[in-house]
Amino acid sequence: MRKNDNNIHLKLDHRIIASIITPESRVLDLGCGEGQLLEYLVKTRGIEGYGIEINESAIYKCVEKGLSVSHEDIDSGLKDYPDHFFDYVIFNQTMQQVHNPKKAIHRALRIGKQIIVGFPNFCHIFARYQLTIRGNVPITHSLPYTWYDTPNMHFLSIKDFQSFCHHEKIRIKKITCLTQKRTVKILPNLFAYNAIFLIEKS
Amino acid sequence: MAESAGTVETKYYFFDGSFRLESDALLENMVIAYETYGNLNSEDDNAVLICHALSGDAHAAGYHPGEQKPGWWDDMIGPGKAFDTEKYFVICSNILGGCKGSTGPASIYKETGEPYGLTFPVITISDMVNAQKLLIDYLGIKKILTVAGGSMGGMQGLQWSISYPEMVQSCIPIATTYKHSAQQIAFDEVGRQAIMSDPRWENGDYYGKEHPFGGLSVARMIGHITYMSDTSMEQKFGRALKKKEYGYDFTQEFEVEGYLRHRGNNFIQRFDANSYLYITKAMDYFDIQKNHSLFRAFQYIKKTKFLVIAFSSDWLYPSYQSREIVKACKMNGIDVTYCEISSDYGHDAFLIEFPEETKLITHFLEKVKNDLVYAKK
Repeated sequence: MRKNDNNIHLKLDHRIIASIITPESRVLDLGCGEGQLLEYLVKTRGIEGYGIEINESAIYKCVEKGLSVSHEDIDSGLKDYPDHFFDYVIFNQTMQQVHNPKKAIHRALRIGKQIIVGFPNFCHIFARYQLTIRGNVPITHSLPYTWYDTPNMHFLSIKDFQSFCHHEKIRIKKITCLTQKRTVKILPNLFAYNAIFLIEKS
Repeated sequence: MAESAGTVETKYYFFDGSFRLESDALLENMVIAYETYGNLNSEDDNAVLICHALSGDAHAAGYHPGEQKPGWWDDMIGPGKAFDTEKYFVICSNILGGCKGSTGPASIYKETGEPYGLTFPVITISDMVNAQKLLIDYLGIKKILTVAGGSMGGMQGLQWSISYPEMVQSCIPIATTYKHSAQQIAFDEVGRQAIMSDPRWENGDYYGKEHPFGGLSVARMIGHITYMSDTSMEQKFGRALKKKEYGYDFTQEFEVEGYLRHRGNNFIQRFDANSYLYITKAMDYFDIQKNHSLFRAFQYIKKTKFLVIAFSSDWLYPSYQSREIVKACKMNGIDVTYCEISSDYGHDAFLIEFPEETKLITHFLEKVKNDLVYAKK
């Protein structure tokens, strides 16, 4: 899985996710890339970390970091764990890249007690401007890809994910919205580049 | 390039008792040939067991005195290599049923003073593992840091993890399966038929006479086809001819024919035809599920960590079989890492793709070792 390249915001992501996670819990990172987030969580939270990743060269990087990682895609890799095996299952910037996010979220809710979903907000004010005034498909800090070369298959706003959770009877425990460098509380669906949801089964 | 394990010699372990096989038959006076590289540390926690594949032997690394060719996995075992002999005590033994020093059908049966031939009892992967266990006990090793091997070596690794879960800290099954599939059995059967239809085979009673070299050679040729991939054969040989033009006869014309015959001829000089029958049969019997599910087979494994490696072009042991192993690990909450290395070399890749295997194994072993130290504190 490709991850957004913006380091500053990734690090902020990592810090926020770390602040959610209880120390020494068992965590699965879906589309863990080279394992930066997992390594950070191992170091700062003492977690037992597992990853699923499709890119072979990223697997070597994960193993180098001492992580346990499985070389497969998220859609197939999610099925094979016992119920509630993980304290947390993380989709950080990867939910929008799976074939069927609804199915993936429900599968994650089976194997994880709580799910952390971090995704780019498609309805940021710049995105809206590019779409409605300029007439282009938006390219923003959190959505840096051109339409013809992007790992993203699904585009959603913070509001969209809230209504999805409501519709699917999923409890939202926490929402953190962020700009490039800090969290944002005022009109997040307009001003946040990214959102991080903590959800669980109702 | 890293250094070699140096000059090594094959040693022999003689087991005095009766060894009961999975078939309930008893084997007396069993001998296991083995080699070791590196030293067992004072904490007894650095033993690594390497299991060989169908045609391998105990000579996995280093050089025998006066020989130019190193052991079969020398690129992986030695100072600074994946199985670093400066850190680990590496053991490799010839399998039971083999013909490289361990007891097999070519060994002398004490009662008759003649080679066993077909009177040798049929053995299984589990028997091979139980024989290795006796050797490990004899060497005074209580826990094994890892059991690693490719192909049939991987089957032994899996069997070790299930038979002795408390002893095995980690397992590295490479290019292998949890059960032989119909296709795998089929290829083995063709190899066996090639041997058994050679008139010189004489129901396995050919010792002291001419051996069924023709049959064994054909069996090896078939084997080699399954070890390569369409791509690697095309790249290596294509339609290249030994001479410039077609000879319109049945001599060796294509390079690939010459290669297969060369491989076959090499093999008959170093391998016993009856051993080939017994070992392929052991692989065909291999099904770790034993009438249960794969999930249940793995349920008593708790602390063993797994590193499962497959190769993209391996069609003899396709990666889906490795993924089934990974799935069974995950379902049982077993710590597992899986990598499918992209390679054009087919099943042989586990004896070729050293840099990738080294990257994975080096760091995996470090992690297993660190977790062990952490657990002791």
